[in-house]
Amino acid sequence: MSKQVKQLDRVIIRFAGDSGDGMQLTGDRFTQESAAFGNDLVTLPNFPAEIRAPQGTLPGVSSFQVHFADHDILTAGDAPDVLVAMNPAALRANLPDLPRGATIIVDTHDFGGRNLTKAGYDSDPLADLESPGSPLADFAVHPVDLTGMTVGAVKQFGLSRKDAARAKNMFALGLLSWMYGRPTDSTEAFLAKRFAKVPAIRDANLAAFSAGWSFGETTETFAVRYEVKPAPMAPGTYRNITGNLALSYGLVAAGVQSGLPVFLGSYPITPASDILHELSKHKAFGVTTFQAEDEISGVGSAIGASFAGHLGVTTTSGPGVALKSEAIGLAVMTELPLVVIDVQRGGPSTGLPTKTEQADLLQAMFGRNGEAPVPVVAPRSPGDCFDAALEATRIAVTYRTPVILLSDGYLANGSEPWRIPDVEDLPRIDPGFATEPNHVVSPDDPDTRDFWPYLRDEDTLARPWAVPGTPGLEHRIGGLEKGEGHGNISYDPANHDRMVRTRQAKVDRIAASLPPLEVDDPSGAASVLVIGWGSTYGPIGAGVRRVRRAGHRVAQVHLRHLNPFPDDLGEILRGYDKVLVPEMNLGQLSLLLRARYLVDAVGYNHVRGLPLKAAELAEAIGALVAEAEGVEVDLSAPAGDPADHPED
Amino acid sequence: MTTTDLPVPAMRGTEGVPTLAEGESQTGKDFTSDQEVRWCPGCGDYAVLKAVQSFLPDLGLRRENIVFVSGIGCSSRFPYYLDTYGMHSIHGRAPTIATGIATAREDLSVWVVTGDGDALSIGGNHLVHALRRNVNMTILLFNNRIYGLTKGQYSPTSEVGKITKSTPMGSVDQPFNPVSLALGAEATFVARTIDSDRKHLTGVLAAAAAHRGTSLVEIYQNCPIFNDHAFDGLKDRDSAERAVIPLVHGERITFGGGTLGLARDAASGGVRVVEVGDVDEADLLVHDAHAEDPSTAFAISRLTDAGYLNRSPIGVFRQVERPTYDDQTRAQVSAARDAAPGEPAERLAGLIGGGDTWTVV
Repeated sequence: MSKQVKQLDRVIIRFAGDSGDGMQLTGDRFTQESAAFGNDLVTLPNFPAEIRAPQGTLPGVSSFQVHFADHDILTAGDAPDVLVAMNPAALRANLPDLPRGATIIVDTHDFGGRNLTKAGYDSDPLADLESPGSPLADFAVHPVDLTGMTVGAVKQFGLSRKDAARAKNMFALGLLSWMYGRPTDSTEAFLAKRFAKVPAIRDANLAAFSAGWSFGETTETFAVRYEVKPAPMAPGTYRNITGNLALSYGLVAAGVQSGLPVFLGSYPITPASDILHELSKHKAFGVTTFQAEDEISGVGSAIGASFAGHLGVTTTSGPGVALKSEAIGLAVMTELPLVVIDVQRGGPSTGLPTKTEQADLLQAMFGRNGEAPVPVVAPRSPGDCFDAALEATRIAVTYRTPVILLSDGYLANGSEPWRIPDVEDLPRIDPGFATEPNHVVSPDDPDTRDFWPYLRDEDTLARPWAVPGTPGLEHRIGGLEKGEGHGNISYDPANHDRMVRTRQAKVDRIAASLPPLEVDDPSGAASVLVIGWGSTYGPIGAGVRRVRRAGHRVAQVHLRHLNPFPDDLGEILRGYDKVLVPEMNLGQLSLLLRARYLVDAVGYNHVRGLPLKAAELAEAIGALVAEAEGVEVDLSAPAGDPADHPED
Repeated sequence: MTTTDLPVPAMRGTEGVPTLAEGESQTGKDFTSDQEVRWCPGCGDYAVLKAVQSFLPDLGLRRENIVFVSGIGCSSRFPYYLDTYGMHSIHGRAPTIATGIATAREDLSVWVVTGDGDALSIGGNHLVHALRRNVNMTILLFNNRIYGLTKGQYSPTSEVGKITKSTPMGSVDQPFNPVSLALGAEATFVARTIDSDRKHLTGVLAAAAAHRGTSLVEIYQNCPIFNDHAFDGLKDRDSAERAVIPLVHGERITFGGGTLGLARDAASGGVRVVEVGDVDEADLLVHDAHAEDPSTAFAISRLTDAGYLNRSPIGVFRQVERPTYDDQTRAQVSAARDAAPGEPAERLAGLIGGGDTWTVV
């Protein structure tokens, strides 16, 4: 049967099912296929903290959203165009997110009896779809017995009914792959490898995948196929990558580029554990991973490794940073390189372990006793985690300081196409170990020298890094205040004042090594600046595009460095009438900008555990533009050629 | 690849740490820093410092390859007074820092100096995990049974009923027996000694330093300000003979001038003190520090008084060989390295360029 093919510029699909239904895997495979096809894409996995919440219930629903397009896109999309729901709970949990007219492909198999009750349905929502009173009346619903057809398709492999039914996610993937013309070879190769040891399961999954495709081709349920053409991208070799993987690779690269063996001291915590898992595979690069007894031991061991001349790294999330605070202060005092990765999640306390948030900025800035300045950097997208890890290492090693890198749950698990960098182009990082005494004991005897661990480099104010095993440089450091230069314990009031100011000055000096900020202000005449940090880069960029598409001017700046701020930030802020600061917190960057620059920053704040929605953010930007310029802003009215301004 | 595929690292003692060249020598003075020692007059820490400074040269290790790490407390000032590499860290965390140092570097001799509050209260978790992992380090636990630096609160080794600033009606905390604790934590080397017995102290330190793995040495140390006379029962000439139970590997355990010994107690499964004349000679316990099973060592450790110390076994309770965490970790790293030839930059390009890729021209 020949089917109609419809062209689309972009599609947002959400796969949703029970935690055990394999939705993350399904979404990931669809993503890989789309990446291989050449679409630009952004993904948003969303899953509960429970490993297996009670089957069929609303809390047990796990989903994976993928947005793919024929142009450059910035977000995983506000609302899905297509929902694939594998059970009643998945349908009910995701329905509120769907716009009118959205397509729903739903597995009818579990729509009955207890499964409906568990999802909170009194009656079958799939009954009477045509009636205007149906809860699904506003949607294009395709009820399909995915499970039943899967079981039928894999009968020949002699699996139990339960095992046979487990392949239903591959049936769904096959169907969706057909619908959007995805290449299937990477999924076939993946399944063959993943289940190589269990041929019956392997063959069943391959058969289900292929049956799903064939079903799409032959059924009359689906009359249309869609085509989303490849997106133009800069030349290069690409791979799809999650933030946690890119961050892990960035740390491996930091080890190679500095010549320092990487030592990771870490305690498992969501959503950071994958970095520990990944780095533990890369011992061949001299990477040592130590799964510590607790968060404190994770950072303590990393500080010890740094003292011993390795690149000490610790990975955690917000609760872990709280536990590590005292040790980070020790690294501030001892002025040792240390990279602290905080993959932020919803807080406070245990909060929302699997959901994203960026509410640890002030903790990173100030969460220690005493005046304990720590440089803070943040990646803006999954792929950018690679560069951010290298930058954090550069600062830590060059300035002999702990550095906090603030990733978040969305970056950690979300993915995007990443242009693989040429290793030759990566920055080199020089540990510059001290090798000989640096201080003349007495002017009368210029040839007799000893070692002063706190004599500083004039440019960077960094102290020498003398590692054990170096003869003649034996020295003691610690958490007590250091005498300037010689580093012995000092309780002298003037010395303490000087040392506190020097440690701050050292961190401030980092700004001198930063490139100018990139201000995205195409008209050069915008009166509103939108400034953000971290994973809000995508939604902010998409929101800004929407406002520009409606014919208005708006500028965007995104910060990699939160401490110190770049030198040119103050001047940039002063160049705009209004400054909007969208954040997934209650205004932490706003607070810093207001305090530092006396700028009347306006916050745009949501803490829903999910990325900001571009459409809502665009409204907020539009409202500020209207206020600043005294104009009407109507975002529903595009100006000019929409092709010039891709929507998201 | 799993650890079972790798040969168990066969290094012993301080192997891997550079030693002095032929003709080179070091003295106690070489290990003495220029910092003024600031403990209270009469503090037991002085005796231990002196013993360590004069004993370190005997190890024959290069000074620059020795690292002392401490936590917080009176004894934790120790590293400042030794001219080696050192870090005076934060309260209770010294074992974590030492674990990082020892795992990162095979060529360092790593020492931890800690106290009863530092190691057993705020840092208890790190201590037990260091012991079970068997990281190559020597832990000197100065036990004065009191908080000194915070001026006299009871500690986790203080006896029940102790009157202190924070317990005016007497402490109701059951104390730890550090040796029992260490044995329960799978320690491979556990010993106890006394600050005032220089010869015993030095002998135990030498055995601890020679042990590959985590060595825990509990040092009874007198605090003349806040807990003076805590160990008099073990030190006074009149009482010491019947109070100190010396443990020497391979020798029959006797004390009280040879009148007292230890025998197994069938009823409790433990060990009890007996008059030597009351039992068959064959039933008198001979000390076996190398026994795989720590049960007897544990039973002996229980002869320590929990209250005021009128009786305590002294010496090496346990010393067994077990592969260390750091040796095995390094073995995994080097095996992985050996299996992946080529320049790091080349391999890095291979790593980041792996997976499903596509090329845009």
